[in-house]
Amino acid sequence: MTELEAQAASAVIRRGRASGFRRIGVAEGLSAAFLAFLLLAALAPDLISPLDPLGIDPANAFEPPSFGQVLGTDESGRSIFSRVVHGAGTSLLIGVAASTIGLGLGTILGVLAGSGGRIVDFGVSRFLEVLFALPGLLLALFLIVIVGPGALTTTLAVGLSTAPGYARIIRSQLITVRGSAYVEAATVLGLGRMRILARHVLPNTLAPLFALGTLGVGQAIVWASALSYLGLGAVPPSPEWGAMLAAGRTYLSTAWWMSVFPGLFIVLTAICATVLGRAAGNRTRRR
Amino acid sequence: MTPGWRTDGAPPPARWRVARAPLQLLVRLGGGIFVLWSVATLTFFGIRLIPGDPAQAVLGGPGSQASAEALAVARAEYGLDQPLLVQYLRQLARFATGDFGTSYSLKTEVAPLLLAQLPGTLLLAGLALAVAWLLALTVASWSTRGGRVGDWVGSGLEIVGAGLPHFWLATLLILTFSVGLGWVPPISTPGVPGLVLPVATLAIPLAGFLGQVMRESLLDALESPFALSARARGESERGVRRVHAIRHAALPGIALSGWAFGYLISGAVVVETIFARPGLGRTLLAAVTQRDVPVVIGVVLLVALAYIVATAVTDVASRALDPRRAA
Repeated sequence: MTELEAQAASAVIRRGRASGFRRIGVAEGLSAAFLAFLLLAALAPDLISPLDPLGIDPANAFEPPSFGQVLGTDESGRSIFSRVVHGAGTSLLIGVAASTIGLGLGTILGVLAGSGGRIVDFGVSRFLEVLFALPGLLLALFLIVIVGPGALTTTLAVGLSTAPGYARIIRSQLITVRGSAYVEAATVLGLGRMRILARHVLPNTLAPLFALGTLGVGQAIVWASALSYLGLGAVPPSPEWGAMLAAGRTYLSTAWWMSVFPGLFIVLTAICATVLGRAAGNRTRRR
Repeated sequence: MTPGWRTDGAPPPARWRVARAPLQLLVRLGGGIFVLWSVATLTFFGIRLIPGDPAQAVLGGPGSQASAEALAVARAEYGLDQPLLVQYLRQLARFATGDFGTSYSLKTEVAPLLLAQLPGTLLLAGLALAVAWLLALTVASWSTRGGRVGDWVGSGLEIVGAGLPHFWLATLLILTFSVGLGWVPPISTPGVPGLVLPVATLAIPLAGFLGQVMRESLLDALESPFALSARARGESERGVRRVHAIRHAALPGIALSGWAFGYLISGAVVVETIFARPGLGRTLLAAVTQRDVPVVIGVVLLVALAYIVATAVTDVASRALDPRRAA
C-alpha cells in the first residue's frame, strides 16, 4: 500500500460513511461471490476448467471468444479461460503472501512506534519517512536489482513497499486508542503499562487489520501483476495474470482478448477486495 | 472533532510567529537532507548485498568474461580495493557534488543522462496531477449534491477508478482510441495527441484515490457548523459550496498531492514503457533489467529528492489555504 492508498484506506476505515454501497449490500454479495469463485479456482482449478492451461494447440491459435472458447485462445492455441482459472492460485497466493508480509511488518513497526516511547517513535518515524521517499514501485525495483527478478522477489518487494503505509495507519490508530477514556480509566485503576497495552490498547488498535488486509490483497495483486507485466515477476508461459497481459501486448491490435480478459480478472479482484474491505471496516467501527 | 474548531488556547504572540518561520524552514531542510542521506546509505549498502564481484558488474556482469587485469583496473578505478567505510564516504562525497558515476550499459555520465530524461517525466506527471484534480473535484462536487444515486455513482466511480491498474487501463485506452477509433497514436509521439493517452492512463486511477478523500472531506464540510452559520446568514447552497466547502475538500487533496507525485513517478515506469515514451521511468526499467547499478541509484536519489520537494510544496500550499494553519 502506497501512502496514497494508505490515506484513502484510513479515511475509509476511520469514517465509514463514504460508501454508498453500504446500504445496498448487493455489491458486497457480488464481491464475496466473485472472490469465492477465485478461491475455488485456486484450490481446484480442474473443477472449473479441465483444459490444460499449458497445452499447446497451434491449429486453434488466436481464436476469438466463442461458445467453445469463452475467452478465446492465445498465440499457441491455449485456452485463455483455462489459463486465467489456473493462474488464480498464483495471483492470489502472491497477493495474500505480499499483504501478509506488508501487514506483519507494518504492524510491528507501527506498534513499536506507537507504544515504545518517544525515542523509539522518533526513530521509527524517521525510518518510515525514508521508506516513503521511495514510492511504490521504486523500492520494489531496487530490491529486484539486488535479489534478481522472479515471483518470490515480487512477493517480497510488494510486501516491503506496502509496509510503511500500514505502519503509519497502525501507529496513528494506536495513539488515538492510547488517548481514549477507557485507557485513561485503566491507568487510573493502577493497571500496569504492559497489561494495559496487551489487554486494552492492542486489541482495539488491531481491530481494523482485517479490513486493511482485505483492501491490501487487491492492491498487492495489482502491484505484483504490474511487476510481472514489466517482465520482472512471473514469466510466460506460467499462467500468471500480469505475465499473460504482457504476452498479449504483442498481439494487441489483432487479438484483444489476450490482454483484456486477464486484466479484467485483476481489476475485478481489486475492486471486490476494496468493496469487502470497506464493508469490513464499517462493521469493525460500528461495534 | 469538527474541523474549523480549535479550542487549544490562544494563538502565540506575534513575535514568536516571526521567529518560528525560518526555524521551521531549517527543520524541514534538515529533515530533507536526512532522508536523502539515508536513501544514499540504504542504496550503498543494499548494492553490496548483490552476490558476486562488483568489479565484474562494472565490466558488464558475469557473462562478460573480463580478464584479471581488467578486473584489477576496474577495482582501482572505482575504489573497490579500499575499505568499505572509505568507499562509503567517497560515494557520499561524490553524490554531494552531483557525480553519480558512469552507466555500466550506456557508458555515459549518469547525471546528465537523467537530467535529460527528467523534463519529459515531470511534464507527464504534472499534467496527470492536474487532470486528476479536475476529475476528482468534478465527481466529488457533483456526487455530493444529495440523493442516493449521486452517492452510489460517486463511490462506484472512485472504487473502480482506484482499482484500475495502469497497464490494463492503458491497454483498454489503446484498444478503444487508437486501434478502434484511430483518434490518437498508440505510442507517444512528440506533440499533444501523443500525450493524451499517457496522461489519461495516469490521471484516472489517481482521480479515484483523490476523489475518495475529497468527497469525505466535502461531506464533512457541508455538515459543519461554519456551513450551517453561512446558510443561516442567508447564503445560497451554491455560495456555501463555492466559498467554504470546496476549500475543505481541496485540503486533503493538496496534502495527498505530494504523495501522489511519487505514485505518478512509479506509474510513469509502466506508462512510459507501454507508450514507448522516453523518460525517467523507462530509463529506470531498462537499468533494472540490465542491473545498471549507477543509473538505478541515480534515479532512486532523484525521485527521493523530487518527493521531498513535492511534499514541502504541498505543505506550504495547505498552510496558505487552511485558515486554521495560516501563520
